[in-house]
Amino acid sequence: MDWLFFGEISLAGLAMGGLYALIGLGFVIIYKATRVINFAIGEIMMFAAYLFLAFAGGMEMSPWVALPLAVLGGSVLGGVIEKVMIRPMLGESSISVVMVTIGIASILVGLVEMVWGADPQLLPGFLPRKPVFIGEMYLAPKIAYGFLIGAAVLIVYLLYFRFSRGGVALRATASDQAAAYSMGINVRRVFNLAWVFGSLAASLAGVLVAATGGLSPQFGAIGLSVLVVVIVGGLDSIVGALIAGVFIGWLETVAGAYLGGEYRMPATFAVLAVILVLRPYGLFGTHEIERV
Amino acid sequence: MRIGDAKQSYEADEAIWTSSTQKIWFAALLLTLAVFPFIADAYLLYLGCLVGIAVISTTGLNILTGFTGLISLGQAGFMGVGGYTVAWLSMNTALPFPVTLLLAGLLAAAVGILVGLPSLRVKGLYLAIATLAASVFLHFIFAEWESVTGGMGGLSLEPAHLFGLTFQSDFGMYFIIVPLAVLMVFAAKNVFRTRIGRAFIAIRDRDISAEILGINLLRYKLMSFALSSFYAGVAGGLFAYFYRVVTPESFPLSMSIFYLAAVIVGGMGNLLGGILGAAFMTLIPEVLKLLTAALTPFYPNAPIFMSPMLEIIFGALIVGFLIFEPHGLAEIWHRIRRFFSIWPFRN
Repeated sequence: MDWLFFGEISLAGLAMGGLYALIGLGFVIIYKATRVINFAIGEIMMFAAYLFLAFAGGMEMSPWVALPLAVLGGSVLGGVIEKVMIRPMLGESSISVVMVTIGIASILVGLVEMVWGADPQLLPGFLPRKPVFIGEMYLAPKIAYGFLIGAAVLIVYLLYFRFSRGGVALRATASDQAAAYSMGINVRRVFNLAWVFGSLAASLAGVLVAATGGLSPQFGAIGLSVLVVVIVGGLDSIVGALIAGVFIGWLETVAGAYLGGEYRMPATFAVLAVILVLRPYGLFGTHEIERV
Repeated sequence: MRIGDAKQSYEADEAIWTSSTQKIWFAALLLTLAVFPFIADAYLLYLGCLVGIAVISTTGLNILTGFTGLISLGQAGFMGVGGYTVAWLSMNTALPFPVTLLLAGLLAAAVGILVGLPSLRVKGLYLAIATLAASVFLHFIFAEWESVTGGMGGLSLEPAHLFGLTFQSDFGMYFIIVPLAVLMVFAAKNVFRTRIGRAFIAIRDRDISAEILGINLLRYKLMSFALSSFYAGVAGGLFAYFYRVVTPESFPLSMSIFYLAAVIVGGMGNLLGGILGAAFMTLIPEVLKLLTAALTPFYPNAPIFMSPMLEIIFGALIVGFLIFEPHGLAEIWHRIRRFFSIWPFRN
């Protein structure tokens, strides 16, 4: 076995996993606060990445202006989706709400294809091109810097939810909605903010992932990998999303490198199947009491 | 206004047809279906076959999702099992189509039971994700088990045959698909007049209460999975006979979502809704094609926008129906019927 190759692949996988963790975080924030499983998260990422393409490529803005604008656009989209399409579904069965998010995903794919066409596109490069070496191991610079940005934002998020007023409100709503309401927390606003912040994390990850791997209307399929991440980690666990994200990213890349690209999905879904049978609530999720 | 249909016995209440008017209309429908292939042109015939296949599959998914409350994202995978079974049998054996379709249904049902097993431990959305995992594995098997499935190139089939007759054209396939669709919808209707069907509904409405009433949850959930995937398997088999080729890309994830959408748009937990939803969702792309063709002379870019437009309409229908008309087309249909049956009084 070639340990250097294994190390390089693992490193690339772990860096990709860092981005998965960021998307998973966005997913978990939305789920924790609103109990909505968001199948459209991959498409929200895609939308933000296309916005970046439009700002940086089409309007020739500096990438460092385009990036915040695109991320902002993605989070506004999340907020609008919540207000217009998720709010009316309050109190409906979770199956219906999931189907609404699947419908939203379809609408977003159609819109993107209508505006930007169906062909794959490359994002203008904005990350440094100097190769990165860790010890002997080479790491593609796009992946390395993408990981660094993602990790920095992740840390900001974690601090925000731990210490800020908004973060406390969100955690309070997650643990007991009625109690949070009676303590004067504006639960509706928390719902909206959760969608905005969740989409913000996803949008940033979307631009970074698209910068390394290209962009097409099928980009949203990455949402399936993220689904595996959050189920394995536990739907309502931020720590779970981080650990599972890194692990699934690593597994996917290693399986793809050693067994071939067609094994990427089955490998991660095999982990998913085992977890579903042994620990349906995920590695770090809250145990549900109801058992039928 | 229709009067005098007060029911005095349980049988009368459970009857499929509650008035002679309904029987007459139903006979008229069957007659129309029988005459249709002789007057329709090739294109309409093709659409008729597609709708028939969609009706079978949607009815199957409706049993699982609409009546038992178990959401499944694996319908396309089960259809694939049926399609590949039929394709393999038609290449390697000389069995007539009723046998191959039956085997396709049974094999799909067996896979369905296997996939349903986690429903012992997980439910709701977790179950949906388990079925999603199943469809990923099935797709992988279709693409990689080359000695049986032909890999990415897929398999091509001999036409369906029975007693020396071969059913090669759409005209011939219509007479397999549509009678089968009518038969299977009827079978489903009858399932819901028995203990089994009522157990499904009880599980959907509240699983804990159902268990206390003496319903073995695992058994009935698995039964629902088996029944639903049997329908999917038969539909997949017909799909294979109809197109005469199956590849892994014949049964994508978007197909599972298509059938879920058909169930929702039609009306969950309503067989008529399943039929309406299947027909509606199958015909939308065709209507859009006609519109595009009409617009192209004035606006030459129209064909480029057709496929994204379809995605948007598709998503908007799912969202719109769930928000504004959660009981689907079936409810609209009932509203229209009520209007006429109590006319001249207002609703």
